[in-house]
Amino acid sequence: MTNDTIKIEVDGKVLEARKGQMLIQVTDAHDIYVPRFCYHGKLSVAANCRMCLVEVEKAPKPLPACATPVMDGMKVRTRSKLALEAQKSVMEFLLINHPLDCPICDQGGECELQDLAMGYGRDVSRYQENKRVVRDKDIGPLVQTDMTRCIHCTRCVRFGEEVAGLRELGATGRGEFMEIGTFVEQSMASELSGNVIDLCPVGALTSKPFRYSARTWEMSQHPGIAPHDGIGSNIHFHVKDGRVKRVVPAENEVINEVWLSDRDRFSYEGLYSNDRLTAPMIRDDKGWREVDWETAFAMVRERLGPILKSAPASVGGVIAPTATLEEIFLFQKLLRGAGCGNIDHRLRYLDFSDQDAAPVFPWLGQSIAELEQLNCALIIGGDPRKEQPLLNHRLRKAALRGARIMMVNPASFPSNYPLAAELSAAPGGLVRAVAGICRALAELKSDTLARESWLEDVAVTDAQRRIARELANPGRGTVLLGNLAASLPDAAALRFVAGQLANLAGAAFGYLGEAANSAGAWLGGAIPQRGPGGRPASRSGMDAGAMARNGMRAFMLYQVEPEADCAAPDQWLTALRNAECVVSMNSWITDAAREYAHVLLPVGVFAETDGTFVNVAGAPQSWRAVVDPPGEARPGWKVLRVLAETLGVSGCDYETAKEVARDAAQAMAGVRPENRAAWRALVRLPAAVAGLQRITTVPMNSADALVRRAEALQQTADRADGALHLSRATAARFGVLDSGHAVVGHDGQALTLPVALDDAVGDDTVLIHGGNGLLATLGPWFGRVTLKPA
Amino acid sequence: MIEDARKTLSKHARHEIDQWLAKFPADQRRSAVLAALREVQHENGGWLSIELLDAVADYLGMPKIAVYEVATFYSMLETKPVGRHSVSVCTNISCMLRGADDIVAHIEKRLGVKTGGSTPDGRIHLKREEECLAACCGGPMMMVDHIYHENLTVDRVNAILDGLK
Ligand code: SF4
Ligand code: FES
Ligand code: FES
Repeated sequence: MTNDTIKIEVDGKVLEARKGQMLIQVTDAHDIYVPRFCYHGKLSVAANCRMCLVEVEKAPKPLPACATPVMDGMKVRTRSKLALEAQKSVMEFLLINHPLDCPICDQGGECELQDLAMGYGRDVSRYQENKRVVRDKDIGPLVQTDMTRCIHCTRCVRFGEEVAGLRELGATGRGEFMEIGTFVEQSMASELSGNVIDLCPVGALTSKPFRYSARTWEMSQHPGIAPHDGIGSNIHFHVKDGRVKRVVPAENEVINEVWLSDRDRFSYEGLYSNDRLTAPMIRDDKGWREVDWETAFAMVRERLGPILKSAPASVGGVIAPTATLEEIFLFQKLLRGAGCGNIDHRLRYLDFSDQDAAPVFPWLGQSIAELEQLNCALIIGGDPRKEQPLLNHRLRKAALRGARIMMVNPASFPSNYPLAAELSAAPGGLVRAVAGICRALAELKSDTLARESWLEDVAVTDAQRRIARELANPGRGTVLLGNLAASLPDAAALRFVAGQLANLAGAAFGYLGEAANSAGAWLGGAIPQRGPGGRPASRSGMDAGAMARNGMRAFMLYQVEPEADCAAPDQWLTALRNAECVVSMNSWITDAAREYAHVLLPVGVFAETDGTFVNVAGAPQSWRAVVDPPGEARPGWKVLRVLAETLGVSGCDYETAKEVARDAAQAMAGVRPENRAAWRALVRLPAAVAGLQRITTVPMNSADALVRRAEALQQTADRADGALHLSRATAARFGVLDSGHAVVGHDGQALTLPVALDDAVGDDTVLIHGGNGLLATLGPWFGRVTLKPA
Repeated sequence: MIEDARKTLSKHARHEIDQWLAKFPADQRRSAVLAALREVQHENGGWLSIELLDAVADYLGMPKIAVYEVATFYSMLETKPVGRHSVSVCTNISCMLRGADDIVAHIEKRLGVKTGGSTPDGRIHLKREEECLAACCGGPMMMVDHIYHENLTVDRVNAILDGLK
């Protein structure tokens, strides 16, 4: 017992508590139920609903348990006559203005007010007067409002301020006229906005896409893992009649706490888009037709078989990093078993030059929860707020505690916490910008690094010195590389320079992580140079860049939409169109696939298959399928198993996904990721690219095939808009300030696109969103471009 | 953002706000919000537009919704255009016992507007008064453009209203 520990008595039981705790925290910890509406463990205490009133000995009136600090020897009664009467009275007041519309309320069955009304309400209302009515507000495509039901607990308001870091909802008016809303009609812009649905204890804020589609008690709940960023947020699927009705967070304190990003919450809608591939399809001289599985496999045997047998090195295999570990493991086992080493998942890479030195998988360099403990972080080439919302949430917590978070980016992405420093660098100058910080820090520390050849011609600015000084401060630091950094044409140089900087600063070196299973793809062997577990591959192969550049005789694709997913989309489309045979396993069918593919095999995705994702901190997390894939589609691991059989590759005849996972886990056993020194040292930095350049960021709701088809998310602002984003100054320089549209030229191609003026984009930079198949002809995601008025 | 706010707020308003800001710690700029809104409303003919509220928010570095909350909470701040003169009759307990409700009924009839409304000629805004105005011993009372009138009778009310230009 430390001297922090005290004893209190609740309902006759003696409980241990820590000084400073609120009474409700202690009762919660000991499973003594005190009713509440406004209190929430992750939010500040508002104490405005008064539902939690309890009797405390020597106190003249009942006290709110959520706002009463415990004191040694305190005697509390939670169910005494006084307490119960107080709770009942509060309930009566709350119900005065609450509508009796439970039968048509989506919250019915999971409503805290309904539950407590059962426990504490009277069966007859003494209130005869008119109830107040509050007009509903349109706050965007995700959250539905029924504001007459609001009980003013302000959880949603506190969430905006304290967690989302974006105060969007507020309480306007007062007394009888107080209303929760945005006051000026506008959509919620937070990438975490959906959490207010869970927080709202009544049916005032509910899920818009889910509205009126099921009653809570008709659904069954199953655990799952979120399929978009590398965090691996824990979720629950809510299923009715074989259909995923909605997705809600499952609590996991070390990963997502109790939160879920909007993308992870609403992307399940993509399962039900009308371009699902529901039957195997083949293309012959009469065009496309649906066939049964045997016919499709026969075609694969006929077309792909001979090429794979006679010239396995002329076949390329690419699998999306959104595939499960089981699918990835089988995919590479099949190809390697057939003698083909051309396997990759790095669709968004343009620079593979350091791959032999790369870590087993680029990982966070620390645990997710440890991000909260940081004193200092430098983020290079990334927008964690949109790309890894719940990693950003941890960084934000650190920032609010006083940590200094800094960014180096070619555009200034709006942050939801104050940044200690922000350095804008043209994409072609990012490496040098980071090298400048490195040099400044080396000089500051009188480190010999300052004299190394690659730093020789690097200039240092004051801004870089400031960042170096922050990094030099004692405390826990980290240097993190984001998604944009991974895609750069000189990404390898950036990894080297950033790693050097982290070393010099004594900071952890990490990657924010790209897709849901990027880590699993590295570990599962979906890279040419290494097999499962990071062991050297039996035969070397081509990386994704080389496959696209050189073209292959045949391709096997898994969940890939090259026009939207690849950083060199035009090269990919050309290579695929020129191939003799393209077999694509996918959950959706696209116009592009109709052009390049010869066989389409429908596979299940996300909730439709058993699977495992490895998160950016290295944690493998598995789930079981909760619904069947549509039509003839089958779980991917089963399709791959039969495909292996069809192609005469042995060793893939697994009976269950679990067996696949077991073999994959065996290969990965004992593997520890290490980012340090996992780079290719340079003697000279690449020359900075001058002139107008294109950069590409992938908006969060365009990041992968599933979310691109989620209807409600596609109505938000966070999706690829097909516009040219550039600053006023840049626009003026190229005469496109008022032209509305401009012609952008890249790699010999030209497109006319709308101009979106945005001063957050750096000088001489045009930002174009990735994840948009319509812009595939424009060439690679980075590089010099031309611009003229349309 | 702050540049846009500078353009929207008059030089005089900014000067006033700056004076208030000087009284608070530098990281507590929001403390000046009431003074800022009062001043900006005064310059704008007695009400605050969304544009002005946003400008105040940006100028003070506050979330916009936080300024909307303040502007809608205080009854002396208006978020819709109102008449030139503001008339508020106290209807709280002491005044009510001394006949405030009759005074309100009379004014409503004479002006042809309900509390909360303004006369069509834009002359008078009959406010909905929320709280006791702290002149209980002189009830019934009303406040006209910051001036208290106590011990009201119908005749006195008529004279006061007729005197408003
Ligand atoms: S909308 Fe829901 S969460 Fe927000 S204040 Fe009302 S009841 Fe509470
Ligand atoms: S839960 Fe304690 S006052 Fe609301
Ligand atoms: S009750 Fe009218 S002034 Fe106090």
